[in-house]
Amino acid sequence: MPEFLDHVGASLTRGGRLSSLFGVPTSEGGALQLVAVLAFDASNTLAVGRSQPFQGAFPALTLHHPQAHLFEREIWEQHGAVPQGHPWLKPVRRDHGAGPAVGGFFRVDGREVHEVAVGPVHAGIIEPGHFRFQCAGEEVLHLEIALGYQHRGVEEALPGGPHRASVHQIETVAGDTTIAHATAYAGVLEALAGTEAPFRAQWLRAIALELERLANHTGDLGALAGDVAFLPTASACGKIRGTSSTSRRCFVATGSDAAWSGRAAAPGNSNLHAWPGYAPDSTPPCVTSNRQPRGSGMPRPSGHGSRTPVESTPPRPAKSGWSARPPGRAAWCGTCGLTTPTGWYRFAQVPVSVWPDGDVFARARVRWLEIQRAGEFLRELFDTAPDGPLQLPLPPPTPNTLAVALVEGWRGEVCHVALTDARGRLERYKLTDPSFHNWTGLALALRGQAISDFPLCNKSFNLSYCGFDL
Amino acid sequence: MTTVLEGLLRLGVWLLAAPLLPGLINKVKAWMAGRRGPPVLQLYYDLAKLWRKGVVVSTLASPGFVAGPAVAWVAVLGAALLLPLGPLDALLGFPGDVLLLIYLLALARFATAWAALETGSAFEGMGAAREVSFAVLAEAAVITAILTLSWQSRSLSLQEMLAPSAGPGMVLLAVGLFTVLLAENCRVPFDDPNTHLELTMIHEVMVLDHSGPLLAAVLHGAAMKLLLFAALLVQAVLPLGDSRPRRRRWP
Repeated sequence: MPEFLDHVGASLTRGGRLSSLFGVPTSEGGALQLVAVLAFDASNTLAVGRSQPFQGAFPALTLHHPQAHLFEREIWEQHGAVPQGHPWLKPVRRDHGAGPAVGGFFRVDGREVHEVAVGPVHAGIIEPGHFRFQCAGEEVLHLEIALGYQHRGVEEALPGGPHRASVHQIETVAGDTTIAHATAYAGVLEALAGTEAPFRAQWLRAIALELERLANHTGDLGALAGDVAFLPTASACGKIRGTSSTSRRCFVATGSDAAWSGRAAAPGNSNLHAWPGYAPDSTPPCVTSNRQPRGSGMPRPSGHGSRTPVESTPPRPAKSGWSARPPGRAAWCGTCGLTTPTGWYRFAQVPVSVWPDGDVFARARVRWLEIQRAGEFLRELFDTAPDGPLQLPLPPPTPNTLAVALVEGWRGEVCHVALTDARGRLERYKLTDPSFHNWTGLALALRGQAISDFPLCNKSFNLSYCGFDL
Repeated sequence: MTTVLEGLLRLGVWLLAAPLLPGLINKVKAWMAGRRGPPVLQLYYDLAKLWRKGVVVSTLASPGFVAGPAVAWVAVLGAALLLPLGPLDALLGFPGDVLLLIYLLALARFATAWAALETGSAFEGMGAAREVSFAVLAEAAVITAILTLSWQSRSLSLQEMLAPSAGPGMVLLAVGLFTVLLAENCRVPFDDPNTHLELTMIHEVMVLDHSGPLLAAVLHGAAMKLLLFAALLVQAVLPLGDSRPRRRRWP
């Protein structure tokens, strides 16, 4: 156990990025194993480490590596193993039966200091989250965010699977990151089975992922414009977002069923023949006439047990995410381009979008650049449609195996890790949404700012509540 | 008798017409954005709904929490009745009524801020501070505009101040008063009544904890205030008034 922590700590010191860190309960006597997924962006490698089973406490990595702080709190919450020396050990999503906001909050004392509590019920229609500001006048001294109101137990539902409902549960981890999570899930299953999806399916997934990126970035730019009272842009972006979002939804309704879950999807297939003919200056046409609702009487030649995940799962990460930054680093660095590509991104790469600053404007510019590049990438994709089958039968998962899938979702790195047991069933499935890394970043970004800037700042991050709450 | 009838008629017009203006503004905004938008009469529906609802009162609040919106509503209505409507005389016109108008608007603001502080919420206190800070600037602008009109017409009566035709200086006056209208009625770019971005709101912060009929009074008062400022702006700029000698003096 000390050896494991030493190795992880040394890797983080060398510039590694902690993509995931979680506990795996072992069958004998309540012992726990820790698994760490480390990404080295400079050398384009991914490392996975697994500790010996241990019981009780372990020395916290957080003391020297703040990026581990939320992971260690999560381990403590899920398994009861205490990270010794953790400076702020409190629940991540639950507070033992009470609401997440019931836990202790950091308080600033002083006659001029007042505490502002916002949420979980907000004045607008947004997801539930509790924000506790310590303010001196309008200036925010400290912000603490309590989430967990949408905890649905996704990770708990997956072991023993893959179940029939698993893919749908994964798709709803974060409603705006459906494609990225579904792609990562497919990648994990495929890696466990030791196979790779057909090119056509990989191509399809790349299109859907970029459409998702387009839709969300456009919507976010519009929301930012609305927050600074620039209403024409807000309206225009809302309209454009609708188009790409509808296109994405067409994928989910038709193409994606085939691409992600191995079902037959002739309508989706024929739909997509319309795509290469898309005019560069118009939005992609979306043929909705063939749209089939989920669970309709579509032919399903392959059984549910067989899935054809598409993005081949990497022994190495797909992309490094712009949002998968260690908490506390204010610089905004869009690294949408791939350090080590997988799936279709092995054949065509998107340049990294960077803006030399860390404020709201910089985040907006990075989104703007990513929209441009995603658009160009989509045009390339439409011209390079591969032929061949859309799906292949999926072999069962290999027993006693660990698989990692990293997908560059629109928010950043989506990390899925799965471990199988001796019978080839899922033993532990760990999801890390990019929001998990970045909520702390939002809290730190607010320090020293005016509290009235919070909505704008929050929107520029646009983190997922349900993706965090799982 | 006719005076009483006219007074009741004006009262009715102010009370009934006011909620139409936000509806029209929202409709136009929606059209500009390519949306269909809420019905023009939406505020009427909202008021009717709120009137039937119960009220939640903070345990810290004194009766001032209930009195605040009521006082503010009455003050705004009183200010509205002081305003002449184009060629029609003001219902209660008298020399110096313009000062009463300014003070009634200030009273309304004071009552709203008072009710906000009654809730004991840190954020409502913040909202009250914001509202008052903005008011300091907006009131200075209003008083400057009033002084200009007063100097031009050599009068302190609204009827006489607003009647004469607008000179070239009225462009400046119009710009200034329009800015005040936007700031006082929490319109873009000072505030956005639609988004409900909790932490950026100014006026809306103070009414976050009001509910039911109290909130209805706040919303209706805000609509009347918007109509009042719109009427004031139009009359200050356009020569709509009746500049004949006054028929009625107070008392």
